[in-house]
Amino acid sequence: MNSMDSSLKVEIGSYNSGNIPPLMHEIRHALRNLLDNDETTTIDLRGLPMAPGEQQQLLDILGKGEVSVQLDALGKSEITESSYAGVWLIIHYNNNKEVMGKFIEITRMPAILKTRTADMEESLAALQVKLEEV
Amino acid sequence: MNHDKPLGQALREQGVSRRGFLKFCATTASLMALPPSMVPAIAKALESARRPSVIWLSFQECTGCTESLTRSHAPTLEGLIFDNISLDYHHTLQAASGDAAEAAREAAMEENKGKYLLVVDGSIPLGNPGYSTIAGISNLEMLKEVAEHAAAIIAVGTCAAYGGLPHAKPNPTGAVSVEEIIKDKPIVNVPGCPPIPVVITGVLAHFLTFGKLPELDHLRRPLAFYGNNIHDRCYRRPFYDKGLFANTFDDEGARKGWCLFKLGCKGPVTYNACATIKWNDGTSFPIEAGHGCLGCSEPNFWDMGGFYNALSESTMDLSRTAAVGIAVGAAAGAASGLLNRRKKSKAEAAHETVTVKDLQREEKS
Repeated sequence: MNSMDSSLKVEIGSYNSGNIPPLMHEIRHALRNLLDNDETTTIDLRGLPMAPGEQQQLLDILGKGEVSVQLDALGKSEITESSYAGVWLIIHYNNNKEVMGKFIEITRMPAILKTRTADMEESLAALQVKLEEV
Repeated sequence: MNHDKPLGQALREQGVSRRGFLKFCATTASLMALPPSMVPAIAKALESARRPSVIWLSFQECTGCTESLTRSHAPTLEGLIFDNISLDYHHTLQAASGDAAEAAREAAMEENKGKYLLVVDGSIPLGNPGYSTIAGISNLEMLKEVAEHAAAIIAVGTCAAYGGLPHAKPNPTGAVSVEEIIKDKPIVNVPGCPPIPVVITGVLAHFLTFGKLPELDHLRRPLAFYGNNIHDRCYRRPFYDKGLFANTFDDEGARKGWCLFKLGCKGPVTYNACATIKWNDGTSFPIEAGHGCLGCSEPNFWDMGGFYNALSESTMDLSRTAAVGIAVGAAAGAASGLLNRRKKSKAEAAHETVTVKDLQREEKS
């Protein structure tokens, strides 16, 4: 260890800007709204000011639930239901595994998981072609 | 260059699935500060959007703005949309050079007259036309020529938006911004030294989705990205409110991540999206790395009175805002101003535009 090492010590995770409790309240309100009005809410985590380590604290509080899905479109996406049913964490990566977007979606089913009608129509046509080949 | 292919089709031909496209739209919507409920409507509009022709002119600049856009690891979501505009002229990136390059520019201008987007990075020297030329054509002459039939102009980087570094005192080349020369076209400024890449593509995505430029602030910056100052969105703001400051770069306050105001941070007077979108694929931004904001998206940031002087002690000149148009445009007079406004309105009206409400209505029907 040289003399520089001790002077470069940074206390990661010691910051507490107080941004987590209001965000938890926002999630609680959104879940109430989903139950009462069947309305989905999306919270963009990249749009919120967070101190280093705070986002991980939030994710730790939310925890992991029963469902975890991996999507492979323009890079991976991880879609996980938190330990609070109806509260989903969606992380979009590019092909280099860099985070491109991070959202909390309060919904019954994240929209990106649903199969598009146009895709099903194309699949139907492709199936018909395949069946003719068989 | 084929501009008839809708964006959605072009993306699918590159192997981008509809889910991938939706992923792109979700990120774009959040960037444009549109409600997430708008994502399906945005996807629908972008799906059928035609690829616009873009002519990119680089004047007195360091190529940092182009680097900002192109140096991110491919393929990125912002890279996707850039792949799907028709970039018909960019003398740094294109393969053609000399007469062939200029012929491509002229052909794109002729083919897309009144429809193409003009992107400019770099300031324009008025001191001597020979200070900066492309193929022997002065920056001033080329800007006027290409701007004449452009649908709109995007001034990328602080140099194109406000003169930037070349404009810093004593401004030896007489550098000015785009808006100090072009008065009769819709202009959007995307300042920053350099600007955040996704902010540039966010403006393009907005143009593709709505057929018009986004809502702007008094310095012609898109409100979606420049609507908040760094200070108000900074994770260190609560420390400022509690009066907890770093006084040097290695004291207890610095180690505990307290506010950098006393170390010259210009966050309170700087409007940009760095605190939330961040840099290097959302990894960090200067304040998170322990250095104050330089205010690079503000006019005259280089002459703000010292990067390490606290705002409360600096002699910064914040009066530039009212000065745009005075230096070059004052002599033209009120009658010319009215004519320009009419031409600008006409240019805006010539493009079919849609609003968020239109998209929502369409979505419901």
